[in-house]
Amino acid sequence: MSKLVLGRLSSSLLTLFLVSLVIFAITSLLPGDTAQQILGQFATPEQLAALRVEMGLDQPALWRYWHWLSGFVTGDLGMSASNGMPVAQLMNDRLPNSLLLAAITTAISVPVALTMGLVAAMRRGGNVDRALNVVTLSMVAVPEFLVATIAVLIFAVHLGWLPALSYVSTVESFGDFMRIYAMPVLTLCCVLIAQMARMTRAALIDQLDSAYVEMARLKGVPPMRRVLRHALPNAVGPIANAVALSLSYLLGGVIIVETIFNYPGIASLMVDAVSNRDLALVQACAMLFCGAYLILVMAADLCAILSNPRLRNR
Amino acid sequence: MLGESLTVRDLRICATPPGGEERIIVNDIGFALAPGEVLALIGESGSGKTTIALAMLGYARSGCRIAGGSVQLGDTDVLSLNPKETRALRGHRVAYIAQSAAAAFNPSRTLMDQVIEGALIHGVMSRQEARQKAVSLFHDLALPEPDHIGERYPHQVSGGQLQRVMAAMALITDPALVILDEPTTALDVTTQIEVLRAFKQVMRERGTTAIYVSHDLAVVAQMADQVLVLQNGETQEHNTTARILAQPAHAYTRSLLAAARPHEHLSPVRGRPGAELLDIDDLQVGYGARNAQGRPANVVLEHINLHLTSGQALGVIGESGSGKSTLARAVAGLVAPSHGAIQFDRRELSTTLRGRTPEQFRRIQMVFQSADNALNPAHSVQRLLNRPLETYFNLDRRARRARVEELMDLVKLPRHLLERKPGELSGGQKQRINLARALAARPDLILCDEVTSALDTVVGAAILELLVELRRELGVAYLFISHDISTVRSLCDDVMVLYQGQCVESGPCRQVLDTPQHDYTRRLIGSVPELRQGWLESRPPRSETAATMA
Repeated sequence: MSKLVLGRLSSSLLTLFLVSLVIFAITSLLPGDTAQQILGQFATPEQLAALRVEMGLDQPALWRYWHWLSGFVTGDLGMSASNGMPVAQLMNDRLPNSLLLAAITTAISVPVALTMGLVAAMRRGGNVDRALNVVTLSMVAVPEFLVATIAVLIFAVHLGWLPALSYVSTVESFGDFMRIYAMPVLTLCCVLIAQMARMTRAALIDQLDSAYVEMARLKGVPPMRRVLRHALPNAVGPIANAVALSLSYLLGGVIIVETIFNYPGIASLMVDAVSNRDLALVQACAMLFCGAYLILVMAADLCAILSNPRLRNR
Repeated sequence: MLGESLTVRDLRICATPPGGEERIIVNDIGFALAPGEVLALIGESGSGKTTIALAMLGYARSGCRIAGGSVQLGDTDVLSLNPKETRALRGHRVAYIAQSAAAAFNPSRTLMDQVIEGALIHGVMSRQEARQKAVSLFHDLALPEPDHIGERYPHQVSGGQLQRVMAAMALITDPALVILDEPTTALDVTTQIEVLRAFKQVMRERGTTAIYVSHDLAVVAQMADQVLVLQNGETQEHNTTARILAQPAHAYTRSLLAAARPHEHLSPVRGRPGAELLDIDDLQVGYGARNAQGRPANVVLEHINLHLTSGQALGVIGESGSGKSTLARAVAGLVAPSHGAIQFDRRELSTTLRGRTPEQFRRIQMVFQSADNALNPAHSVQRLLNRPLETYFNLDRRARRARVEELMDLVKLPRHLLERKPGELSGGQKQRINLARALAARPDLILCDEVTSALDTVVGAAILELLVELRRELGVAYLFISHDISTVRSLCDDVMVLYQGQCVESGPCRQVLDTPQHDYTRRLIGSVPELRQGWLESRPPRSETAATMA
């Protein structure tokens, strides 16, 4: 088993390395460079050339890549070109906000989604299943900006219960905390729960149709136990993968929610960086998202391996 | 708990196909069993035997429903119980042993966990007692390492062992009634005899009433007191086993009996020896990395020598894993041997598909076991048969059409089936199309890989008859791979016995099968159930060394 895990780990590291190559190549292809961006369109060619030498932009691309990567590995993420602050510090300000939002959303959406998927699978074809099916389908179909806007309309504008914008710095009590996070979390949950619940249902039904579940039934095993003790352990692999895929979205993909609620997260940091041609920041953010994604997928793989005795005992 | 009486009256079960109308699939079934008696339900696939057996547990598969009748076990009316009472009955007073143990065990839980689960749910005994009981059952069922086998997972034990563990799972609560649903069909004959013996002994000791579902009359003769013959969900004949065997009253029963008896009458007359066709010299096939001597890590076949003249039929028998299918695949070019040579019509055959000439492809055709998987379900029969004609022959439309019709006549199928898709044909018809497709190429050698194994006995016997006839008419040679000795006996001139990848015995069919020299051949032949009561008891139990071999 350790061989299997080591294999996964090394292939993740390899992927991360390949991604760093791609990120660096793509950001280098963007029109205009950092020197141009800093000095603006009225700079003379001499000024530009001088700044490029100063920043090392005249060096060959491979050398710059090596410089960037070695700095990255040692924790030096470079300087942000647009406001002269270290990239690490910029990300440090934003990352905890993003992680907190992701954590709260995960804590709510995963149990709800698994329960919904479980109930739907157990009551397959029944009214509960059909109702859940309609609910999850419409949740998938409605774009999140619409959910967020409608939520703002109802809870902030009409009812006035919640603030329309999430000023994290104003949190003083638990009540504030709840009020500020309610709408972003609600919006994110809508999207995630639907995906995860549908995958859970599909994975469970696959197992519930198998011969060993019929055998359990013919042994007199009650329905709840059939699902939890017999079907679920064999469905952990696909469910964990579905959860990992959904959660990976919580770091980089929440730009719409961050924008609507003016939430200071890492996704909006990256979007700003792209529009400012702040390449060092873009690269760092992209690497972060990719790293988080790989960790989640690897965790899902680990779950699948641990739940399968064939793989576990190897 | 000892066995209880079982009385079934007017049982009717309906099924609703998706989008179709409900129809009756089991009608008017009734029988009565005294405590400790065993009833066999026998019939071909689709005759409703499993459906009836499951109804004894008050269970109908999805899409089916028990529409009427009564099942009386002791003084319980099984079909009138509420869901909770039904659950209390299942796995306690009535237990079920499924056909495929590999599928019926949860892959992610240990065997012990699953064996004692029923006893714990029904509160019959404590966990400790249940474990002890399970271990003693493992002893009784002659499982290896009975004290520790429960710690393993399903994938860590063999099919025959798993089937016995399932028997332990069923018997742990000392049920009054046990349902055995084709419990040995998926096993090799040499394993089957051991499992049957174990089943019979533990059931007799406990005086369990049982229903034994099977399509194999010879097995049923060993296990059952009464036999109920089914066709299309209706009783054809119901009598004691002895009377069914001695004086079958119904025509269908007689055809079942005829199909189960060795078909000596088919045995072809050996013609004059033809020209050399296939010559295999010291063949070795394996997979995995090869070592310095070119020997693969896992050797499937080794030291295989074989000669086949044109028009000859050679049977290859052996149990699953003996390498017999690999031999056919090596001749077909689907796997490359690691050592040795294959000559076809005095010319070296390339080990890979790429190196073979179109003419060699045409002359060697393969017929696979499962026609379901071998025929493209989206193509009509016409198109399936046209394909090899287009590939190998340059014929115009009219000639092709004439040839397709000729092929249909050869395999004795009516021409109106040409427009059908494989899904609209019966199992036997599909296998005939499968055969016709091979014949379309006018081959000199047909590799038959277990072509009758997936078919019901009566249908399989008809296919066998067809093979004999085709050989007589067309002079085609067969490499006939089978685990069933009686089919080999009735079709082949020569036979080769494979055991663990080696040829242990070969020679003329009569000589090898009537006077076997090798221990394994003797055991293989001695394990084929005979169509008489008391055969199982007359077989000597296998010695310890032989038991560990399997």
